[in-house]
Amino acid sequence: MSETAQSPPVIPIARAVQDRVNPVETDSANTFDLQNVRVYYGDMLAVKDVSMGIHHNQITAFIGPSGCGKSTLLRSLNRMNDLIPGARVEGDVLYHGIDVYGPKVDPVQVRNVIGMVFQKPNPFPKSIYDNVAFGPRLQGRKKNLDDIVEEALRGAALWDEVKDRLKDNAYGMSGGQQQRLCIARCIAVQPDVILMDEPCSALDPVSTGRIEDLMVELKKTYTIVIVTHNMQQAARVADMTAFFTVSANDETGSRTGMLVEYASTSKIFSDPVDTRTENYVSGRFG
Amino acid sequence: MSTQTVELGASRSGEPPRSLEAPSLRIGERIIKALLWSAATLSVLVTTGIVVSLLIPSIAFFQQVPLWEFLTGTVWAPAFANPSYGVLPIVVGTLTVVFFATLVAVPVGLSSAIYLSEYASPRVRRIVKPILEVLEGLPTVAIGLFAFAVLTPLIRQLTPFLPWTGPFSIGVAGITVGLLIIPLVSSVSDDAMRSVPADLRQGAYAMGATKYEVALKVIVPAAISGIIAAFVLGISRAIGETMVVLLVAGAGSPVLSFDPTKGTQTMTAYIGSTATGDIAQGTITYDSIFAVGVLLFLMTLAMNILAIRLVKKYREVYD
Ligand SMILES: Nc1ncnc2c1ncn2[C@@H]1O[C@H](COP(=O)(O)OP(=O)(O)OP(=O)(O)O)[C@@H](O)[C@H]1O
Ligand SMILES: [Mg+2]
Repeated sequence: MSETAQSPPVIPIARAVQDRVNPVETDSANTFDLQNVRVYYGDMLAVKDVSMGIHHNQITAFIGPSGCGKSTLLRSLNRMNDLIPGARVEGDVLYHGIDVYGPKVDPVQVRNVIGMVFQKPNPFPKSIYDNVAFGPRLQGRKKNLDDIVEEALRGAALWDEVKDRLKDNAYGMSGGQQQRLCIARCIAVQPDVILMDEPCSALDPVSTGRIEDLMVELKKTYTIVIVTHNMQQAARVADMTAFFTVSANDETGSRTGMLVEYASTSKIFSDPVDTRTENYVSGRFG
Repeated sequence: MSTQTVELGASRSGEPPRSLEAPSLRIGERIIKALLWSAATLSVLVTTGIVVSLLIPSIAFFQQVPLWEFLTGTVWAPAFANPSYGVLPIVVGTLTVVFFATLVAVPVGLSSAIYLSEYASPRVRRIVKPILEVLEGLPTVAIGLFAFAVLTPLIRQLTPFLPWTGPFSIGVAGITVGLLIIPLVSSVSDDAMRSVPADLRQGAYAMGATKYEVALKVIVPAAISGIIAAFVLGISRAIGETMVVLLVAGAGSPVLSFDPTKGTQTMTAYIGSTATGDIAQGTITYDSIFAVGVLLFLMTLAMNILAIRLVKKYREVYD
């Protein structure tokens, strides 16, 4: 798949990390380079030895059966796993060559640069306006807040629907609108990457279609990683697709997820190398 | 679904239909129901009884002392030969206690709740939370003695510039009551904050909020109705607290004063120190206790109504 980034890569995390500690040799077309990433919950190895590059301004989809560690791996990209007691990441998660788990890296700043949208829409119980203004206010960008809010809502294709009810509580919106509000809220923080964990699984097909169109629009500006159980969705929106599976350890019985195959979406769906991938994407399990 | 009509009274096989009546009288069920009903009725009766028994002597009291004089009078001297029944001095005493108790308990209780809910490790929580709950149940007389013997001298030494006189101080009583209700305020606020859905917390962290920002800008606003309920519970307890006030502020003759370094009576201290065995029923002093009781009751009620309004106004609804 050819690289489609229109602009040279910007490296906003450098705002947080003054000196780059031994930047590792990486492909400059990649936003992330994962090298032998393993994630543990306590003693349990949830995902083992994932190595992959996630490209700029593309949509990368994680697919695979339940429990194979898609969410776990996704959360390791912006250090959301830090919030789970006992969760531990080994190996390298490199963001433009910078170790996301490096000693000088601040997880809060990581999440400013790498935003996240969740499975269940989770707006704050505040007004639509305050939801979107939340991030900018935290960052101290209080000038022209109205414009910032409008821009983010437009970016999430929500402005026309809510422009007359910005002061209303976000919980009065439909599920699909709430999810787009969460995307707007995420954009308003001005991230570089947006991680989405099954963002449409709670939504009807029409809302899902809207969000898919939106993702395709957003990848011009952002790098997007999405977890999905919806094969057609991956096929429709993703440039690259990674298929994971989970297998039980014979001795301990614990289940560990692993990356099976990672390639362009068209290759994964039409000409996969691994039979497990083929079985999964064609709907034959087991 | 079959559209066949079934003949009433006949079962499929042509045998007589099975009975649809109860196989037994279900005596146990009836007894349980009756017991539960009696318990519910009893609690309603008891509550009504309390209100009525407060009201009847109060009515007698207000036949002798005009309501207006009671509410606006500035001299409270019911036991004097020339008695005066202006309730303001002991109301001010109670409000002083509430003021200092709030000053202590709200910031400390809320901070410790934020710490417990958002910062503490599960291990620390497992240890601290039960301790708080035990502290909530500590006998107030023990805390009163501690305050009298330790806290009062300590505060005096730390603030030699204040005009301390005598062994009693209403301000110290308020501070003590504040300490007393910290566990309550903290524990109830903590419960409210813990019940905020985890995905709100996650959402805020995912936007690059720090712990402090998550707590203050997302969790506290989302839990505000529970937190206000905690404050109200605490303040209601401060209004009603008797033992600590008797021990620390004394039950000396009340003078209308806003000076926290002086000892004075509160409404509860008056009731507590006057309602002794040797007070004759039917006397005006006897009736005055109940009048003060009714006022106390109304103040707590007003407090609760105010809280409900506040909660309605500031509540952030999530579901
Ligand atoms: N907070 C946690 N604590 C402990 N174990 C966890 C936690 N979250 C996930 N796991 C475990 O890690 C493994 C991977 O879970 P994960 O949620 O990443 O899978 P997933 O691929 O996202 O599944 P799904 O498709 O159902 O969302 C599972 O075995 C799960 O039980
Ligand atoms: Mg998942």
